Amino acid sequence: MKTRLSLLLCAAALSAPGFSKPLKIELPPETAGFKPGPGAELATGQCLACHSAEYITTQPPLPASFWKASIEKMRTKYGAQIAPDQAQALVDYLAHSSAAPEKK
Amino acid sequence: MDIPPVPVPRFARRDFLQRTAWLAAAAATSPWRMLAQETATLPFANGERPLVRYPQKRPLLRLTSRPPQLETPFAVFNEGPITPNDAFFVRYHLPQIPTEIDPDTFRVTIRGNVRAPLSLSLADIKTGFEEVELVAVNQCSGNSRGFFERRVGGGQLGNGAMGNARWRGVRLKDVLEKAGVGSGAKQVTFNGLDQPAVAQTPDFVKALEIDHALDGEVMLAYGMNGEDLPLLNGYPLRLVVPGYYGTYWVKHLSEITVVDEVFDGFWMGTAYRIPNTPGACLPPGTAAKSTAPIGRFNVRSFITSPGDAATLTVGREIFVRGIAFDGGAGIREVLVSADGGRSWQAAQLGKDLGRYSFREWTLALTPTAVGALELKVKATNRLGESQPLEPLWNPAGYMRNVVETVRVQVTA
Repeated sequence: MKTRLSLLLCAAALSAPGFSKPLKIELPPETAGFKPGPGAELATGQCLACHSAEYITTQPPLPASFWKASIEKMRTKYGAQIAPDQAQALVDYLAHSSAAPEKK
Repeated sequence: MDIPPVPVPRFARRDFLQRTAWLAAAAATSPWRMLAQETATLPFANGERPLVRYPQKRPLLRLTSRPPQLETPFAVFNEGPITPNDAFFVRYHLPQIPTEIDPDTFRVTIRGNVRAPLSLSLADIKTGFEEVELVAVNQCSGNSRGFFERRVGGGQLGNGAMGNARWRGVRLKDVLEKAGVGSGAKQVTFNGLDQPAVAQTPDFVKALEIDHALDGEVMLAYGMNGEDLPLLNGYPLRLVVPGYYGTYWVKHLSEITVVDEVFDGFWMGTAYRIPNTPGACLPPGTAAKSTAPIGRFNVRSFITSPGDAATLTVGREIFVRGIAFDGGAGIREVLVSADGGRSWQAAQLGKDLGRYSFREWTLALTPTAVGALELKVKATNRLGESQPLEPLWNPAGYMRNVVETVRVQVTA
């Protein structure tokens, strides 16, 4: 009886409010990269400083105007340090690698 | 863990390999090296996704790895109205996510226009306030964005950035009242432990109107389906905003601030805004003249079985089944069409788990003719709001809720 009671108390303590364990996880490795081509190294250096490549590689074919606006957003809203001449090279690479025609 | 090793994916590009050398080194010595061997293909251009097993998760569709964004395989929604924790979708915005949490040292602060600022431990939260439970859907604003025509930039999600869980925690109202909300309070802001890579990137902070924060439904949740929150779903504490898009459900919640003005930080003032038009829609390819922060879910319903391209048999009865939900009025009716939308039959609704929950539905169907069959589902909520037969469009790809169609084949 005494043993059973202490087991019950032990179970109660484990399920009591406030009991949560320290938690540590290890994230799987980042495997995505960019297609080779003119500007790919620039894209790797600039874009991957803040996020993984799938942010770009999973996009559908989109026009250059989309990528231009994205680069501008990264510069002005997210604080990416992209020089003006780099911005155009990045747009060229991203628009070319997604190969979308500009829609009117 | 008993997982067969497979080769680490090789990188073609030397500089990329150098940049990520530490990742590759970690991969070579970690159990995660077996990952990404299987893929799923979402039914739109560029829709191939690796199925990757993250900590506390079954293999999920990986949209991005830094920060992690994981989509639930759609078949999970046919298993029942509650989405298991290990299948629940993951969405972060900022790349520095916490990977180690000690609940004994974790604190959430309540500051700003309050009479008595608080710094609460997880134990303080669990013991100092009445515990409440609520079943509620969490859905990403951009769930189903990949189906938009014309296509829009952003996370290219299928229909799996949603889930329904039984959340356990305390009322935000009770915590705010303990701190004592001052007069003139207009909004409450919420920040979590995730951090940007560079200081210039706006921290992910969201805001609710003060009346909403005090409505007694918004929760600080520590429990999910009878367990602690998985780390990637916000352990040890997250905001639960029933009926509202997931953008407000701040994870690893660490700072609550009562403010006297409308908070206009980037993630409220610029991002997550919808056109100020009925249905939040615009002609495809056009821009909004004025916008507002995204809010409540619109009505959605899905057929979870049979699946697309399934084969049925003439004269053999099956049960068409699925789920429906809305922003909190509750589902009143689910109609199913087995002739491409010409005629509709009322489905039988399943158990009511609350007005914020997935509502299961079923309908017996006996195919009468050989050939292609188009199944459609359309739900209506208790306010009379329903779903459009043709998709609505907006520039950010939010709030898709078109009547869904499943195409099957009937054979003799």
